Amino acid sequence: MNSQSISDATLVSQYIQGDEPSLSILIKRHQQRLYSFIYSKVYDRDVTEDVFQDTFIKVIRTLKRGNYNEEGKFLPWVMRIAHNLVIDHFRKNNRMPKFNNSGDFDIFSVLSDGALNAEGELVKSQIVHDVRAMVEELPEEQKSVLVMRMYNDMSFKEISENTGVSINTALGRMRYALINLRKLIEKHNIVLTN
Amino acid sequence: MAKLYIENPSDSNTLKPKTETINFLLNYSKALNVSVYKGHKFESLIN
Repeated sequence: MNSQSISDATLVSQYIQGDEPSLSILIKRHQQRLYSFIYSKVYDRDVTEDVFQDTFIKVIRTLKRGNYNEEGKFLPWVMRIAHNLVIDHFRKNNRMPKFNNSGDFDIFSVLSDGALNAEGELVKSQIVHDVRAMVEELPEEQKSVLVMRMYNDMSFKEISENTGVSINTALGRMRYALINLRKLIEKHNIVLTN
Repeated sequence: MAKLYIENPSDSNTLKPKTETINFLLNYSKALNVSVYKGHKFESLIN
């Protein structure tokens, strides 16, 4: 009988019974459609090849284990497996993005060592200077708590021991210091961004 | 008449898996053996 005329269902059942050439006919019959389907999603020949291979490995395992329910829908079932594997591929790639250094895109344009350039350094020193000047305008108690916390990196417990006030009072002074700093920023119309 | 050195577009545009991939799948299928023991299925690759 001509292999073209044999239905998918017959080929599948022959394959389950051990007829290996039936698989070859099934693959050859659907390879182009399945391959194009995968390629239309991933746009990469190598990935398409991998997903195509994984799809048929899953098909082979399911058929050999006898877990396939024949409902005359072999191709939609294979397409569904491929679709799920494509989703898996994109999920994996989201966790571990792949950068292709091809064409105009250069990976080093988005990677930096974190160091500021000359302009950034200037702006940063200006910001530091402005903040220092505003801290000087704060009431003495608030200023001392803020300096100890932010510049000397002391805990509120250490600040309370150092100034002889309770931790709650130190926290309150810090809070008012920040509120007053915000007011000063608005008053002087200062922009504190780099 | 000058020869035309043009790649056949019908060949280059066809989306098909590599022959190696197909051969791998067919060999994998031949090598895979599923045996059932006490209700459990075990897979083995006989190569």
